[in-house]
Amino acid sequence: MATLAVRSIEKSFGAEPVLRGVDLDVADGSTVSLLGPSGSGKSTLLRIVAGLETADAGAVLIDGADVTRVSAHRRGVGVVFQDQALFPHLDVGANVAFGLRMAGVERGPRRERVAQTLELVGLAGYEHRDPSTLSGGEAQRVALARALAPRPQLVLLDEPLAALDQLLRERLLLELRSIFDDLGVTVVAVTHDPTEAGALGQRIAVLLDGRIAQVAEPGEVLAHPASAAVAGLVGHRNVAEGVAGDGVVRSAWGCFPAPSSAAGPVHVLVQPDGVALDPDGPLTGRVTGLIFRGGSAFAVVEGGGWPPLDVRARREWRIGDEVVMRVDPAAVHVMDG
Amino acid sequence: MSHRARAVTLAAFVVPVAFLAVFFAVPAATLVATGLREGGRWDTGAVLDVLGSASTRRVAWFTLWQAVVSTLATVVLALPAAWVLGRIQMRGRALFSAALVVPFVLPTVVVGTAFLAVLGPDGPLVRLTGALGAEVDLRRTATAVIVAHVFFNYAVIARTVGAAWAAIDPDTEDAARTLGASRWETFRSVTLPQLRPSLAGAAAIVFLFTFTSFGVVKILGGPRIATIEVEIHRRTTELLDLRAASVLSLLQLAAVIAALSLYRRAGRRRGTGRLRAGRSTSRPAVGAERFLVWGTVASALVLLAVPVATLVWRSFDNAGGPGLRYYRALGTVGRGSVAFVPPIEAVRNSLLFGAAAATTALVVGSLAAVGLHRLRGRTRGVADSSLMLPLGVSAVTVGLGFLIALDEPPLDLRTSPILIPAAQAIIAIPFVIRTLLPALDAIPDRMRDAAASLGAPPRRVWLEIDLRLLRRPALVATGFAFAISLGEFGATVFIARADAPTVPVAIFRALSQPGALNVGQAMALSTILLTMTTLVMLVVDRMGDARVGGF
Repeated sequence: MATLAVRSIEKSFGAEPVLRGVDLDVADGSTVSLLGPSGSGKSTLLRIVAGLETADAGAVLIDGADVTRVSAHRRGVGVVFQDQALFPHLDVGANVAFGLRMAGVERGPRRERVAQTLELVGLAGYEHRDPSTLSGGEAQRVALARALAPRPQLVLLDEPLAALDQLLRERLLLELRSIFDDLGVTVVAVTHDPTEAGALGQRIAVLLDGRIAQVAEPGEVLAHPASAAVAGLVGHRNVAEGVAGDGVVRSAWGCFPAPSSAAGPVHVLVQPDGVALDPDGPLTGRVTGLIFRGGSAFAVVEGGGWPPLDVRARREWRIGDEVVMRVDPAAVHVMDG
Repeated sequence: MSHRARAVTLAAFVVPVAFLAVFFAVPAATLVATGLREGGRWDTGAVLDVLGSASTRRVAWFTLWQAVVSTLATVVLALPAAWVLGRIQMRGRALFSAALVVPFVLPTVVVGTAFLAVLGPDGPLVRLTGALGAEVDLRRTATAVIVAHVFFNYAVIARTVGAAWAAIDPDTEDAARTLGASRWETFRSVTLPQLRPSLAGAAAIVFLFTFTSFGVVKILGGPRIATIEVEIHRRTTELLDLRAASVLSLLQLAAVIAALSLYRRAGRRRGTGRLRAGRSTSRPAVGAERFLVWGTVASALVLLAVPVATLVWRSFDNAGGPGLRYYRALGTVGRGSVAFVPPIEAVRNSLLFGAAAATTALVVGSLAAVGLHRLRGRTRGVADSSLMLPLGVSAVTVGLGFLIALDEPPLDLRTSPILIPAAQAIIAIPFVIRTLLPALDAIPDRMRDAAASLGAPPRRVWLEIDLRLLRRPALVATGFAFAISLGEFGATVFIARADAPTVPVAIFRALSQPGALNVGQAMALSTILLTMTTLVMLVVDRMGDARVGGF
């Protein structure tokens, strides 16, 4: 199998710097989700790793070997493209066989491998289908099979599920996960969706403004985002400015203990579960909105003098209710800048 | 469909069907009868005589091979331009694309004269190669014809295939690269197959145009080189053998139908890729690509500009230096000239005939488009194909059909001034339909529903929605029909009276006379026609982005 190392990659389009020195390590057989907002340069990074784009500076190493100057068709990196990019003039079988044909695999073994790979993605017997007759989910599986058939050491996925509806997306996520585990292949998956990033990757690398802002396990990124921007990207809304010093951080929501290393202007993050009803609490506000996510309800509470808070709602809450609350210091996370 | 709606649909078809019956079906039927009947009986003997003769075989063979070579040369030379138009982001791309169309909208007679100016005895080619010590004289050669055909059809390949290229998802090419295909393999096994339908379609059109080429061959080919079209004209006017001419027309028709059915088959294709809406597939050229881009643009512009510039320059270049002598001579009836009228009168004739033809084509074509729009399914398919029939018939065939069908009672129109506009309208009507029908179809029914829900009765919906939205396409179609009429040569040359020539006919007559003055007058008239056509097309272009007849 393979390790991937990206070293100080820089890339500009015209005067616009897109990647400003990206470093990333992906361990053998692991999956890393590259999470970033649109325009953060994550697809560009993927294309540089695949050899489809040339970096202005920096290096790409696969298993320690510098492949920066190796052209795309000699890298042996499998890519699953956004919108699948299936060859419209070839049937499903010929799409999956393409890489094998390029590698000079004989007809017999080729056909066998195509059948195996289609079975792996749950499309056994689809060889003679025309790509235009496939559903979105089927097309996505064919694109995956096409990338996997030549048995690449490294597989890159570019927004693999963006074109699919919610339900299908979640089912495919789990399937992808188990296929990658079974094959033991090294994977980098680009996405702008934190849920997808968390479900797919053992680790998440957050790309912001052309730099890696944080690399950590999904739970860690969610609980302890490295910055306000990362917190916003993964969907946190309870972020406010604060000032830290002497082990304390002051914010509009109250004063909380802070790590001794924190000093000066910081951001505080409050987990929605960390806000409790307390008749003696310092925060009095009104429920101005109710949002239902899955089985739980969240309320937006607004008061005077402090930014609105997202809190876990009680069933009996209605819009307009007055609530008095306190923030649990254990639910507060202090971030730089 | 309600009775009322059906009545409206039928009413829309009355005028188009009547017009096409008189000016297309009757001439076509007469042509068939002239070719295949003898003394009131079907007789195929003469057909076999004509088809079996050595001269027919020679002409058919030349027609075929020059069309094949012209098509292949155009494809090979225009493919890089298609790539530039489809894939490369650069300043002035829209201008480049527009410039490429200029030759295609030029009258064939002007194209012929322009190449005569380049290749002729005092032309730059002879002078240049002569100065280098190896004079190349391409006059009256097949090479001259083929080069002019490439010039004329370059845009068909470049623009059609360019549009298809832009519609290919570049990720499919990237996918091939990551699967181990080199750049060449990627082009061969991923790009080219996706271009194939449009390439085959555009090549079929070029083949059709070059196979039925008349004006260019007539002017550049000299007496020894003839396509079937030219041979039809020769048999009619020089040998007065209408029977042989009719048989050749039928041969021509059969070949055209065969080519069209191949074209239709090429149109049926495997599913195309799904390109994300609004996604741009073009990018700036990088590295060595830049040389290819600039080489392509530069050579295309040279191919384009040299004949046109030479034509204009030579129309002013008299023996004694630059001047207006050729233009002044257009106002007089020259010594030894067969023209009964000063050539300049041809301009007036062309404008009058053009106005009449464009009006006729607009009325007939828009009624047909409205009727077609109201039909559905198979009925519409059949009606559409029938109305497009004149497109498949060469101009020369139309002209010959008019000549032999409309010269005796009950339809003796020989001296009627409507003959020329009618023939030109027959040629322009398919283009009008192809411009208006998509525009009509593109008006969403929801928009009509919205107008109706706001209280507009059907007549008001038609006035306020359909008619408003059709104004620009209708102007474009009219302008295009006018331009077609101005440049029409193949049909008009059969039916134009000696004392009322159009500009292309006057150019042709001038070129068939000996002497530098006549050639000079032809260049001057061609320059005038070039200017008129360009002006009309500029106005059409200003009308916006409505596409004419699929180009």
